[in-house]
Amino acid sequence: MKTIVRHRIFWALVALFTLVAVNTISRPSFLRVTVQDGQLYGALIDILRNSAPLMLVALGMTIVIATRGIDLSVGALMAVSGAVALTIIQASPEPENLGVVLLAITAGVLTTFILGAWNGFLVAVLGIQPIIATLVLMLAGRGIALLITGGFITTINSAPYKFISQGYVFGLPFALYVSVAAIIIVTLVQRRTALGMLTEAVGINPEASRLAGVRSRGITWGAYATSGLLAGFAGILYSSNIMAADANAAGLYIELDAILAVVLGGTSLAGGKFSIAGTVIGVFTIQTLKSTITFLGVPPAVSPVFMAAVVILVVLVQSRRVRDGAGRLTNWLTRRTSTPTPPNAEVAS
Amino acid sequence: MTITPVKAARPFDSAVARSRMFISRRVSWIPVFAALAILIVMFVGAQAYFGNFLTPGLLSSLLLDNAYLLILAVGMTFVILTGGIDLSVGSVLAFTGIMCARLLSEGVPTGVVIPTMIVSGALIGLLIGVLVQYFDVQPFIASLAGMFLARGLAFVVSLSSIRVEDPSILWLQSTRLRLGEWYITPTGIIALLTVLAAAMVLQYTRFGRTVYAIGGNEQSARLMGLPVVRTKLLVYVISGTCAGLAGVVFAAYTGSGYPLNGVGTELDTIAAVVIGGTLLTGGSGYVLGSMIGVFVYGTIKSVISFLGAEQSWTRITIGALLLVFVVVQRIIVTRSGRG
Repeated sequence: MKTIVRHRIFWALVALFTLVAVNTISRPSFLRVTVQDGQLYGALIDILRNSAPLMLVALGMTIVIATRGIDLSVGALMAVSGAVALTIIQASPEPENLGVVLLAITAGVLTTFILGAWNGFLVAVLGIQPIIATLVLMLAGRGIALLITGGFITTINSAPYKFISQGYVFGLPFALYVSVAAIIIVTLVQRRTALGMLTEAVGINPEASRLAGVRSRGITWGAYATSGLLAGFAGILYSSNIMAADANAAGLYIELDAILAVVLGGTSLAGGKFSIAGTVIGVFTIQTLKSTITFLGVPPAVSPVFMAAVVILVVLVQSRRVRDGAGRLTNWLTRRTSTPTPPNAEVAS
Repeated sequence: MTITPVKAARPFDSAVARSRMFISRRVSWIPVFAALAILIVMFVGAQAYFGNFLTPGLLSSLLLDNAYLLILAVGMTFVILTGGIDLSVGSVLAFTGIMCARLLSEGVPTGVVIPTMIVSGALIGLLIGVLVQYFDVQPFIASLAGMFLARGLAFVVSLSSIRVEDPSILWLQSTRLRLGEWYITPTGIIALLTVLAAAMVLQYTRFGRTVYAIGGNEQSARLMGLPVVRTKLLVYVISGTCAGLAGVVFAAYTGSGYPLNGVGTELDTIAAVVIGGTLLTGGSGYVLGSMIGVFVYGTIKSVISFLGAEQSWTRITIGALLLVFVVVQRIIVTRSGRG
């Protein structure tokens, strides 16, 4: 029992199931999935589909946090990749051409990959604190995206591009396949190779792992580049969903949601350990929470209050002081209920 | 003959030695001087380019337009000096600003509203401080919670903008005490007083020295018997208080409260503090530097609006400048660490 309660993912799962239960009670249709024209619809499917951008960003964030870093620039990078991709499609004479769309996506993602590598350069080579190194692009990134779009919200009309976030394959949203693919690739690369362990080693002590023969500089660098790459894909998904590149709104505050998802999933910000499964659960928890808030008729703008409550609850549950207090309380309770008999028996004998 | 060069060299050597001594003793001031140099270069450059940039009116408005940011930067300096960070300031500014507008529109007297707003800012700071200090939550996450909380509360107060019509609040902004072409507003005076008070506290009080000591090495500060817990808690309360005050000043400045005010201001504030030479690792920095950082930020904004360029350039320039300063600081820290 203790090992289950102490498990990193336990509290994230509790939070997720509580939310699902609350939703199912307050709206019985929550769990219902209907089939229309061979495509699945329902609140759950929506949550899975809408969580795709956050999932990609949070996966990248998990790896960065595992190296004891943080990437604040992901939201701005989303804006950049959307801006690059849509500007290319808009400039092309054939926006419906699949080749053009693929080129646009590649260009957008490549740009953020390079920007992510730049973050990695600042952190790994120049040794700048991750918060500040990525703050630079967080500030400048949206400016760059605005310059690319010329200060306007670029809108396009392109069926293949629209398909990325709104299309269906075998009855399920295409965006879901994207996020599942990302989860599988990241898991395979990090957990089926030694890379995950090396990443954790770097997070625990970069200098010690370097001395032990780990190429910590390259691993840190790679973590930020990966985060940039995934943020680029998230930006493509986001812009495809609204078919517009909005440099100000794209990925706004997503870095905070992503960090929250990672922390909810039991990964410590102190680095050195990470859980991909935890992050996945964290992302679903946040997305379900958002859906719940909208359903309850609370203005979406007020939702940060609920987010704050969740953050505070989670960090309190994870803090040592509360755990120790709870441990003492349970000890005290169990002693009170179970111990009175043995001493009496001894006295009697 | 052989003695002469030695004699000639001596005063020179000692001058070098003295200046080396001067620099090594004031190594923590170098980033502040660097920021000042940047500010002067920008002033001179803008004046040379535009010809009519350095007017008393523009310099006065630099203080007026950035009074709220200056107040926020003062609070942030305290937090960063202990090695922490406070992401909540922008949202707290929005919350206290709109709450102020709301209460005033419902006829609550100004004498009650302003203290209430400052206290509510302080309370949010206290919450963050308690999370950081008693529950070992990282400042980043704790202040993130504070940020979400304040932003949400701002929307709870009102979903749309509320006009401020109270004359005494508007007085803070509209009064201009003139000295020839120069002028200053009560908001500007409040900001300058905040800077002065903070500088005095950091320089001359036991509390101020404890702040530096914690930033230098928390473990050592604790072993020396300094009140680490109380100080770290207070630092967030100070930042929250400043954010509450800045909310009132910002409400006066814009003549309204709006729940989306100050989105991203926390980053501008951190950038200004860092440009002003405060090390993010804590332990080194000055409120005066943060003031220069805020002026650098304000000047960039003015120059860009003078140029008629898109405001997106402000962000890019700030980002680039931040980068330069962080790299420079990094070099200084590595050098002083080795020497």
